[in-house]
Amino acid sequence: MTKRDLIDEVNKRFPHLSRRDSEVIINAIFDSMVEALAQGDRIEIRGFGSFVVKHRRARQGRNPKSGVLVSVAAKRVPFFKVGKELRFRVDGKPFEEDEEEIST
Amino acid sequence: MTKAEIITRIYEKVGFSKKDATDVVEATFDIIKGCLEQGQKVKISGFGNFVVNTKRPRKGRNPQTGDEIIIVGRKVLTFKASQILKKSLNGMSATESSPTEAE
Repeated sequence: MTKRDLIDEVNKRFPHLSRRDSEVIINAIFDSMVEALAQGDRIEIRGFGSFVVKHRRARQGRNPKSGVLVSVAAKRVPFFKVGKELRFRVDGKPFEEDEEEIST
Repeated sequence: MTKAEIITRIYEKVGFSKKDATDVVEATFDIIKGCLEQGQKVKISGFGNFVVNTKRPRKGRNPQTGDEIIIVGRKVLTFKASQILKKSLNGMSATESSPTEAE
Protein backbone atom coordinates (compact mmCIF):
# COMPACT_ATOMS: atom_id res chain seq x y z
CA MET A 1 0.00 0.00 0.00
CA THR A 2 1.34 3.39 -0.93
CA LYS A 3 0.28 6.77 0.38
CA ARG A 4 -2.00 7.15 -2.61
CA ASP A 5 -3.82 3.88 -1.79
CA LEU A 6 -4.05 5.00 1.81
CA ILE A 7 -5.68 8.27 0.76
CA ASP A 8 -8.19 6.34 -1.39
CA GLU A 9 -9.02 3.96 1.46
CA VAL A 10 -9.51 6.78 3.95
CA ASN A 11 -11.59 8.72 1.46
CA LYS A 12 -13.97 5.76 1.01
CA ARG A 13 -14.83 5.95 4.70
CA PHE A 14 -15.74 9.64 4.64
CA PRO A 15 -17.98 10.41 1.67
CA HIS A 16 -18.51 13.99 2.83
CA LEU A 17 -14.81 14.78 2.35
CA SER A 18 -13.34 15.27 -1.09
CA ARG A 19 -10.34 13.20 -2.09
CA ARG A 20 -8.33 16.40 -1.96
CA ASP A 21 -9.44 16.94 1.68
CA SER A 22 -8.31 13.44 2.64
CA GLU A 23 -5.03 14.00 0.86
CA VAL A 24 -4.42 17.30 2.64
CA ILE A 25 -5.13 15.81 6.06
CA ILE A 26 -3.00 12.71 5.50
CA ASN A 27 -0.09 14.79 4.23
CA ALA A 28 -0.48 16.99 7.30
CA ILE A 29 -0.30 13.92 9.55
CA PHE A 30 3.04 12.79 8.19
CA ASP A 31 4.39 16.33 7.83
CA SER A 32 3.66 17.02 11.48
CA MET A 33 5.37 13.76 12.44
CA VAL A 34 8.48 14.63 10.43
CA GLU A 35 8.47 18.08 12.03
CA ALA A 36 8.17 16.65 15.54
CA LEU A 37 11.08 14.28 14.95
CA ALA A 38 13.16 17.04 13.36
CA GLN A 39 12.75 18.96 16.62
CA GLY A 40 13.94 15.92 18.52
CA ASP A 41 10.48 15.23 19.91
CA ARG A 42 9.30 11.65 20.27
CA ILE A 43 5.99 10.43 18.87
CA GLU A 44 3.77 7.94 20.60
CA ILE A 45 0.77 6.47 18.82
CA ARG A 46 -1.16 4.12 21.08
CA GLY A 47 -1.71 0.69 19.61
CA PHE A 48 0.71 1.47 16.82
CA GLY A 49 4.16 2.30 18.14
CA SER A 50 6.57 5.06 18.95
CA PHE A 51 9.18 6.97 17.01
CA VAL A 52 12.27 8.29 18.71
CA VAL A 53 15.38 10.09 17.53
CA LYS A 54 18.67 8.43 18.35
CA HIS A 55 22.03 10.12 18.24
CA ARG A 56 24.97 8.57 16.48
CA ARG A 57 28.40 9.89 17.40
CA ALA A 58 30.93 10.90 14.78
CA ARG A 59 33.16 8.00 13.85
CA GLN A 60 35.91 6.90 11.53
CA GLY A 61 34.58 4.74 8.75
CA ARG A 62 35.97 3.16 5.66
CA ASN A 63 34.87 3.27 2.12
CA PRO A 64 34.14 -0.44 1.66
CA LYS A 65 35.24 -0.35 -1.96
CA SER A 66 38.54 1.49 -1.74
CA GLY A 67 39.33 0.97 1.93
CA VAL A 68 40.06 4.65 2.37
CA LEU A 69 39.46 6.03 5.86
CA VAL A 70 36.70 8.61 6.01
CA SER A 71 35.26 10.50 8.92
CA VAL A 72 31.54 10.10 9.35
CA ALA A 73 29.87 13.08 11.01
CA ALA A 74 27.62 12.72 14.03
CA LYS A 75 24.00 12.36 13.02
CA ARG A 76 20.51 11.80 14.27
CA VAL A 77 18.54 8.81 13.06
CA PRO A 78 14.84 8.00 13.43
CA PHE A 79 13.93 4.77 15.15
CA PHE A 80 10.57 3.02 15.32
CA LYS A 81 9.47 0.70 18.09
CA VAL A 82 6.33 -1.26 17.34
CA GLY A 83 3.59 -1.10 19.97
CA LYS A 84 2.25 -4.15 21.72
CA GLU A 85 -1.07 -4.34 19.95
CA LEU A 86 0.41 -4.07 16.47
CA ARG A 87 3.28 -6.42 17.34
CA PHE A 88 0.73 -9.09 18.26
CA ARG A 89 -1.52 -8.46 15.30
CA VAL A 90 1.32 -8.61 12.77
CA ASP A 91 2.35 -11.96 14.24
CA GLY A 92 -1.22 -13.29 13.92
CA LYS A 93 -1.72 -13.53 17.66
CA PRO A 94 -4.80 -12.28 19.45
CA PHE A 95 -4.23 -9.10 21.36
CA GLU A 96 -5.61 -8.91 24.85
CA GLU A 97 -6.28 -5.41 26.01
CA ASP A 98 -4.33 -4.84 29.18
CA GLU A 99 -2.13 -2.08 30.51
CA GLU A 100 -0.49 -0.98 27.33
CA GLU A 101 3.17 -0.27 27.70
CA ILE A 102 4.42 3.27 27.56
CA SER A 103 8.11 2.68 27.51
CA THR A 104 11.11 3.98 25.70
CA MET B 1 3.84 14.07 20.35
CA THR B 2 0.71 11.98 20.68
CA LYS B 3 -2.18 11.22 18.37
CA ALA B 4 -4.20 13.93 20.11
CA GLU B 5 -1.49 16.47 19.30
CA ILE B 6 -1.42 15.45 15.66
CA ILE B 7 -5.19 15.97 15.53
CA THR B 8 -4.91 19.39 17.19
CA ARG B 9 -2.31 20.52 14.70
CA ILE B 10 -4.43 19.47 11.77
CA TYR B 11 -7.55 21.27 12.82
CA GLU B 12 -5.65 24.36 13.88
CA LYS B 13 -3.32 24.60 10.93
CA VAL B 14 -5.17 23.00 8.06
CA GLY B 15 -8.59 24.14 9.15
CA PHE B 16 -10.79 21.07 9.25
CA SER B 17 -13.27 20.45 12.04
CA LYS B 18 -11.97 18.65 15.08
CA LYS B 19 -14.25 15.74 14.20
CA ASP B 20 -12.98 15.40 10.63
CA ALA B 21 -9.37 15.64 11.80
CA THR B 22 -9.98 13.01 14.48
CA ASP B 23 -11.82 10.66 12.13
CA VAL B 24 -9.19 10.82 9.40
CA VAL B 25 -6.26 10.40 11.79
CA GLU B 26 -7.91 7.40 13.45
CA ALA B 27 -8.81 5.87 10.08
CA THR B 28 -5.28 6.40 8.77
CA PHE B 29 -3.62 4.43 11.55
CA ASP B 30 -6.41 1.88 11.49
CA ILE B 31 -5.97 1.19 7.77
CA ILE B 32 -2.18 1.01 8.07
CA LYS B 33 -2.52 -1.50 10.92
CA GLY B 34 -4.99 -3.59 8.93
CA CYS B 35 -2.60 -3.74 5.98
CA LEU B 36 0.38 -4.72 8.09
CA GLU B 37 -1.69 -7.34 9.86
CA GLN B 38 -2.24 -8.97 6.46
CA GLY B 39 1.51 -8.91 5.85
CA GLN B 40 1.26 -6.15 3.27
CA LYS B 41 3.90 -3.44 3.27
CA VAL B 42 2.98 0.19 3.63
CA LYS B 43 5.03 2.81 1.82
CA ILE B 44 4.59 6.43 2.76
CA SER B 45 6.66 8.61 0.46
CA GLY B 46 8.53 11.30 2.36
CA PHE B 47 8.23 9.35 5.60
CA GLY B 48 9.26 5.74 5.27
CA ASN B 49 8.25 2.13 4.66
CA PHE B 50 6.69 -0.30 7.10
CA VAL B 51 7.54 -3.87 6.19
CA VAL B 52 6.58 -7.18 7.78
CA ASN B 53 9.49 -9.60 7.91
CA THR B 54 9.31 -13.31 8.68
CA LYS B 55 11.87 -14.55 11.21
CA ARG B 56 12.82 -18.20 11.12
CA PRO B 57 13.01 -20.15 14.37
CA ARG B 58 16.52 -20.20 15.80
CA LYS B 59 18.42 -21.44 18.77
CA GLY B 60 19.12 -18.99 21.51
CA ARG B 61 20.22 -19.00 25.10
CA ASN B 62 18.67 -17.71 28.22
CA PRO B 63 21.35 -15.18 29.14
CA GLN B 64 20.69 -15.64 32.84
CA THR B 65 20.81 -19.42 33.08
CA GLY B 66 22.70 -20.28 29.90
CA ASP B 67 20.01 -22.80 28.95
CA GLU B 68 19.58 -23.40 25.29
CA ILE B 69 16.13 -22.49 24.06
CA ILE B 70 14.36 -22.40 20.74
CA ILE B 71 13.27 -18.96 19.67
CA VAL B 72 10.13 -19.52 17.65
CA GLY B 73 9.68 -18.19 14.14
CA ARG B 74 7.56 -15.09 14.02
CA LYS B 75 6.59 -12.10 11.99
CA VAL B 76 8.00 -8.74 12.95
CA LEU B 77 7.39 -5.24 11.77
CA THR B 78 10.28 -3.06 10.71
CA PHE B 79 10.35 0.58 9.72
CA LYS B 80 12.80 2.00 7.24
CA ALA B 81 12.90 5.77 7.28
CA SER B 82 12.96 7.61 3.97
CA GLN B 83 15.93 9.74 2.95
CA ILE B 84 13.71 12.80 3.30
CA LEU B 85 12.98 12.01 6.95
CA LYS B 86 16.63 11.20 7.68
CA LYS B 87 17.77 14.44 6.12
CA SER B 88 15.25 16.62 7.87
CA LEU B 89 16.49 15.19 11.18
CA ASN B 90 19.94 16.44 10.36
CA GLY B 91 18.95 19.93 9.36
CA MET B 92 19.12 19.34 5.65
CA SER B 93 16.48 19.99 3.07
CA ALA B 94 15.22 16.98 1.13
CA THR B 95 17.16 17.84 -2.00
CA GLU B 96 20.48 18.59 -0.32
CA SER B 97 22.82 15.64 -0.21
CA SER B 98 24.61 14.71 2.96
CA PRO B 99 28.29 15.67 2.98
CA THR B 100 29.28 12.23 4.22
CA GLU B 101 27.34 10.48 1.49
CA ALA B 102 28.61 12.71 -1.30
CA GLU B 103 31.25 11.11 -3.44
